[in-house]
Amino acid sequence: MTMTDPTQQEHIIGKRRVRREDPKLLSGENRFADDLVVPGALHLVLVRSPHAHARIRRIDVGAAQSMPGVVGVYTAQDLQAEWAGPMPCAWPVTPDMKSPTHYPLAGEFVHYAGEGVAAVVARSQVEAVDAAGAVIVEYEELAPVLDLEDAVRDAALAHEELESNASFVWTLEPNSEAVDAAFRDAAVTISERYVQQRLIPAAMEPRAMVVVPSPMGGDFTVYSSTQIPHVLRVMLALTAGIPETKLRVVAPSVGGGFGSKLDVYAEELLCLALARRLRQPVRFTEERGEGTMATIHGRGQVQYMELAADADGKVRGIRVKLLADMGAYLQLVTPGVPLLGAFLYHGVYDVGAYSFTCTGLFTNKTPTDAYRGAGRPEATYAIERAMDSLARKLEMDPAELRRRNFIAAEKFPYESVAGLVFDSGSYQENLTKALDAADYGQLRAEQQQRRAAGSPRRLGIGVSCYVEMCGLAPSRVLASLNYGAGGWEAATVRILPTSKVQVVTGTAPHGQGHETSWSMIVADKLGISPDDVEVLHSDTSIAPYGMDTYGSRSLSVGGTAVYLATERVIEKAMKIAAHQMEVAEEDLEYVGAAFRVKGSPEQQLPLAAIAFEAFTAHNLPDGVEPNLEASISWDPPNFTFPNGTHIAVVEVDEETGRVELVRYIAVDDCGNQINPLIVEGQIHGGITQGVAQALYEEALYDGSGQLLNASLADYLVPSACEVPSFELASTVTPSPTNPLGVKGVGEAGTIGSAPAVINAVVDALSDLGITNCPMPATPERVYQLIQQAKSE
Amino acid sequence: MRVEVTVNGQQRTADVEPRTLLVHLLREEFGLTGTNVGCDTSSCGACTVLLDGESVKSCTVLAAQADGREVTTIEGLASADGALHPLQRAFQENHALQCGYCTPGMVMVSMSILAENDTLDEATVREGLEGNLCRCTGYHNIVKAVLAAKEEMGAQL
Repeated sequence: MTMTDPTQQEHIIGKRRVRREDPKLLSGENRFADDLVVPGALHLVLVRSPHAHARIRRIDVGAAQSMPGVVGVYTAQDLQAEWAGPMPCAWPVTPDMKSPTHYPLAGEFVHYAGEGVAAVVARSQVEAVDAAGAVIVEYEELAPVLDLEDAVRDAALAHEELESNASFVWTLEPNSEAVDAAFRDAAVTISERYVQQRLIPAAMEPRAMVVVPSPMGGDFTVYSSTQIPHVLRVMLALTAGIPETKLRVVAPSVGGGFGSKLDVYAEELLCLALARRLRQPVRFTEERGEGTMATIHGRGQVQYMELAADADGKVRGIRVKLLADMGAYLQLVTPGVPLLGAFLYHGVYDVGAYSFTCTGLFTNKTPTDAYRGAGRPEATYAIERAMDSLARKLEMDPAELRRRNFIAAEKFPYESVAGLVFDSGSYQENLTKALDAADYGQLRAEQQQRRAAGSPRRLGIGVSCYVEMCGLAPSRVLASLNYGAGGWEAATVRILPTSKVQVVTGTAPHGQGHETSWSMIVADKLGISPDDVEVLHSDTSIAPYGMDTYGSRSLSVGGTAVYLATERVIEKAMKIAAHQMEVAEEDLEYVGAAFRVKGSPEQQLPLAAIAFEAFTAHNLPDGVEPNLEASISWDPPNFTFPNGTHIAVVEVDEETGRVELVRYIAVDDCGNQINPLIVEGQIHGGITQGVAQALYEEALYDGSGQLLNASLADYLVPSACEVPSFELASTVTPSPTNPLGVKGVGEAGTIGSAPAVINAVVDALSDLGITNCPMPATPERVYQLIQQAKSE
Repeated sequence: MRVEVTVNGQQRTADVEPRTLLVHLLREEFGLTGTNVGCDTSSCGACTVLLDGESVKSCTVLAAQADGREVTTIEGLASADGALHPLQRAFQENHALQCGYCTPGMVMVSMSILAENDTLDEATVREGLEGNLCRCTGYHNIVKAVLAAKEEMGAQL
């Protein structure tokens, strides 16, 4: 253990620290799931439906079965006995929520293009692919349900077995009379319709998995590119009917998730069931072209957003109606995604009257589920777009309108009309800082100059202020929302005999740098070097308890658990130190990795010595167990509420419709920062994903339900040429929800950015009378808007 | 068919089907799994390696085309004693990677960008990275890392 000089004990938390994860990732030494070499592993390839909605008339596997290397070809019927239950949805948001039957392979009907209809297992990948091509499936095509506003009318049904396309209607109406009154008395109202297009998460690593059975031992090891090894283990046990004790789930290096690996997938269940049946390892790696259809999509909502305001711009009431696209089936948390936004449609504004209704609808498209931000980017988009519309209607500066409506800093903790308690924030300061950094006045002057000169390169400035709820979640709140699990996180801290420290966390990082940050938290508390702290995770036999990584929860819940476990270890060590030094615990203090007598710092015992004493157990006080270890499961008392102001500056080419993002300024308050280097990286990436929604990405379907841009050649994930360098700053209002004062930062960038960019695009064109621009703002779309505006 | 390739300075041979791609030769025959596959349309660049010193997407090169030539993969950049190459170091110091899946390709294409440009500015780096996709970093820190590496490597010359 490297001791720091107690007199110069430096804080590690809050300092930029390069990541310990990097050398392995930078040298090809780490292993992603598809890199794992498993002798004798068989290869699974799925035959997928080319149709969005069809009845399966006949499947002929005869020819495929006799192809070289083929071990077996299986249909839904062949595997039905393998399942103890259907594919899981953990979030039945209403008691009467409809959820169609969903098994890993389609039975009589297929409900989206890309749904698996047969599983081919062969000795090599090439042989499996070839055999899959030889499976003959006869379909009788049925009318697909593709559009949300059609779906809600039930003209056609996405599922034969259901009477309606509606899965559920979920409402939040704390004061509907006040809402009616606000709209009745309003000086001005805004009523707009926004479309949250479907997005393909496109983590760079395609999903991959391998299941290794131990036929004689009766157990299975599942290696999967998942964000949720712990949740996955529970769900696999329940669905495949395998005792949880016989399942070990390992997430090796995972190449990004963004929510798309926060799920239980058909292929995971198929690999497990087939490994059990064949008594051999079975592996699956998706090709990008199938992953775009077989891995969940994000967003997919139509939002009807209404504001009621006074003549001076004070917003009095908000009414939201939402149609949310579930896709063909309910995946793990599909129906809960709109709920994560439901509480936030009033944004950072002090609004007294609020109502929200969401209808979850089935369509014959790839299932949706949580995608970076999950519900909160949608909510932020709606309120921030509507605020700009209100500002335009009142001929008020959009920044000034926001300022008039902010929840004031002195109101925290702030009880919102939707029933949340916002922890802390200084929304005024975020805005001021962002406007100053952007030189907002100068930008507006330049915009006017360009307009006066008739410049075809139009300048647009877009402001977006956001607040989100992170730190999922207080378990009792999840219970009130009908979620099927808790929101706690587990951690163990143990100091080994040689005084090296092991931290076990229930979080499952896949790019977020938990190994580095958690080691900083522990080292800071113990007064040692982070290099002496090892962080173990993502393996259920090493870390048996955990709720995994999603929703910007890991630091505020998991990091806090690590911090509290460290405190407990110190408490235990203190008892041993007091015993051995023959002083009372109250007379000791822990400074610089040593216990010392208050007032007599020369009398001290280093933590390293206590660690060894705890190991030998030769001289422990009565009632104190050997070993220096503490475990904790921590349930947060509240959510955390990261917030910020983002400003996008765009140039719109009037002649081509091309939008160029020329500057991007972000001021974010994620509470205290453990490692600012990582915080900035999360924000950069988050912004880019929001910019991608605003300008580039959309899962496009034709009238028959075919995904038209199923490859990365057609689906426009932005490259380095589509985004600028970002200008970041932060404010810090520590969260009182946890002892670290942290809030979370994984999704903030994505939540703030799409409305900032679209507000900028509309701002650039507003003098033409343009008030809205659908996402993505492609050159074609923008060009047509301009032409249409000019002809009117 | 038999192919003979110098990989990271070592002579390697393998018997492969004519349709085998270079990326599969590297990953499956030679066990060099640092080179990743991120798509099936040569769009993402995760599989970028150096072929005779120039960056190529190894999913668009047949193993047969690499016969008799030199390939450098991400595994070949650090020195024998394990010290990271200045470019790898710049990636770490500038937090130019998060999940790390695109990283081998990003590093290898950046090797080409550094080699092909006497001086570098942000626009040139961004243009050079255009064929490689990253979903985590927003490119900001990758661009910074390449510029920082240029500065450091330039100082060494």
